[in-house]
Order: sequence, then C-alpha cells, then structure tokens
Amino acid sequence: MDPLIIADRSFTSRLMVGTGKFSSNTAMVDAMEHSGSEIVTVALRRVDIDNPQDSLLTHIDRKRFLLLPNTSGARDADEAVRLARMARAAGCDPWVKLEVTPDPYYLLPDPIETLKAAEILVKEGFTVLPYMPADPVLAKRLEEVGTATVMPLGAPIGTNRGLRTRDLIAIIIEQANIPVVVDAGLGAPSHAAEAMEMGADAVLVNTALADTPDPAGMARAFRKGVEAGREAYLAGLGQQRDKAEASSPLTGFLRND
Amino acid sequence: MQLKINGDDRIFTAPLTVEQLLLNLELKSEHVVVELNRVILDPHHFTETLLSSGDSLELIQFVGGG
Repeated sequence: MDPLIIADRSFTSRLMVGTGKFSSNTAMVDAMEHSGSEIVTVALRRVDIDNPQDSLLTHIDRKRFLLLPNTSGARDADEAVRLARMARAAGCDPWVKLEVTPDPYYLLPDPIETLKAAEILVKEGFTVLPYMPADPVLAKRLEEVGTATVMPLGAPIGTNRGLRTRDLIAIIIEQANIPVVVDAGLGAPSHAAEAMEMGADAVLVNTALADTPDPAGMARAFRKGVEAGREAYLAGLGQQRDKAEASSPLTGFLRND
Repeated sequence: MQLKINGDDRIFTAPLTVEQLLLNLELKSEHVVVELNRVILDPHHFTETLLSSGDSLELIQFVGGG
C-alpha cells in the first residue's frame, strides 16, 4: 500500500491502535502485533504509590512502535498542555494525541480548548494530532495553526457504533491538506473499511480490539478492513445510481421481440 | 517533613532527594515523570534535587490508553 506520511514521517500501516482496557498486557501486545500498526497510543496517569504497577513501557518495543501519548483526562487546554509536556519529559518523541474532553458522559472533545491547546503545543514544537468533533470548520482552523493531522470522531469513544458522522467526515476529507485520521467509535472492520473507502488517511481503534475475547483475531480483521478500504479508495469506487444498469449484455436473448 | 505526593500528604525523614524518594517508594526512576511544585524535573537532576517540607509532587507514568 502507499505510505502514510505524517509530519515527514512515513508509515506502512494506516491503522493506529490504542492500548487501553485490554484484559492483560499479553492481550495488548498480541493485538498490537497482529494489527500491523506502527503507532500506538498511551495515556499518562498518577502512579499508585501504595501499589506500584509495572510500567507499560516494559511491554512495548519502542523501536517498532511509535509511542503516541494522549492527553486523556484533560478538561481544558492548560491540563492538556501540562500532560503533553510530561509525556515529552518521559523521553517520548514530541508527538501528542491532543484530547480535551470535559464532558464525562459522552467524552466529546471541547473544540475551543482543543484549538487553544493545539496552538500552544505546535509553537512548542510538538507534532499535534488532535481528537476533534467532526466539524469541517474546526478541522480547517486546526490545520491553520499547524496540527499534523485532524482526528474527527466517528462516534463517541468506546461506543463501537461506527461512522455516525459520515457526511461531515466526507467534507473534512475533501477540504483537508493534512492526513485525516478517523478516531473513536469504530467498532467493526467494516466501519474502518468504510472510512478508508471515503478517503480517510488512517483510523485509530482501541475498544473494538480490547472488547473482544480474541483481540489478536480482531486486530487482523481490522488490518484487512483498513487495507481493503484503502485499496478500494485508490482504485476508485463505482458511481452510485438510482436505477439498475445491467452487467450482462442486453442483446442475444432467447426470444424474438 | 511533609510532602504532598499525588494529592496525599505523607511524612518523610529529611534530607531526601527526588532519587531517594523514588527508591523509597520502590519506583524505577526511568519510568516515572516527576513534577515538583508544578515544574517538570529533568531526570538528570533527580539525584541532586533536595526536597523541602511542603513540597508538592506529581509522580506520573504511562498506562494503557486510546
């Protein structure tokens, strides 16, 4: 497949995976392996000092996977910027999946705080991949302040409901000069394929892989869905019509009329 | 001396550096980000940074996330 280019970095895979909610680190690593992904998201949280856990980083081969820290949990721009700086201090490449989600029920991204944080982080030299509502105007504004991608949501995080924002994502894709990564809500390989057929540059999934008894199997399925969708987009989908158009010749029938 | 760590007050014996605090809490310094009084500390400075009573620390690490 053609490579995915984000901020001058080239990737073979167009599937990014999240590392949250897996039943074990083994299940997580299996899913990462079988997805073919090269970019994996992680979160930052306080250490439980009475019960310290193994660092997640001991399980992730950072030569193979680009670690993309998110700012999940941030309720405003200040908190998001603080988290991004902490991730960089932990020795990560200065890439960040910017998330500002003040609403605890739908976890919808705050467009104003997201734009504010994006502007600050871009100025500080971060490669910013912002999670955002599927709003074409906001996508342009984020592109203008220098984000590396836009990441419109298909449906709220963890809902597995698919591409509910399809028409708006189509406009974002049409207008974007940076990669469009559909993030959140994709629950089935067909959802991922649909996004890729429309011309999305990549997709990110987490819950769909963590939420099944066989994360590795689902990761393989998503990998194929993403590849199928990309190839179909590159090949060019046929035109939709209201009336039938015969595939077989309309001459030489076994009758004389 | 009293330190606020991840929002909780705790008592430690002075003198204590950041490096010694992490050791004391059985945390590996290469996997923990330390913010001291809202300023992120360069890990190279863990050994020489002395803590004072009333200091507030955030000890942060990577966890799974989407």
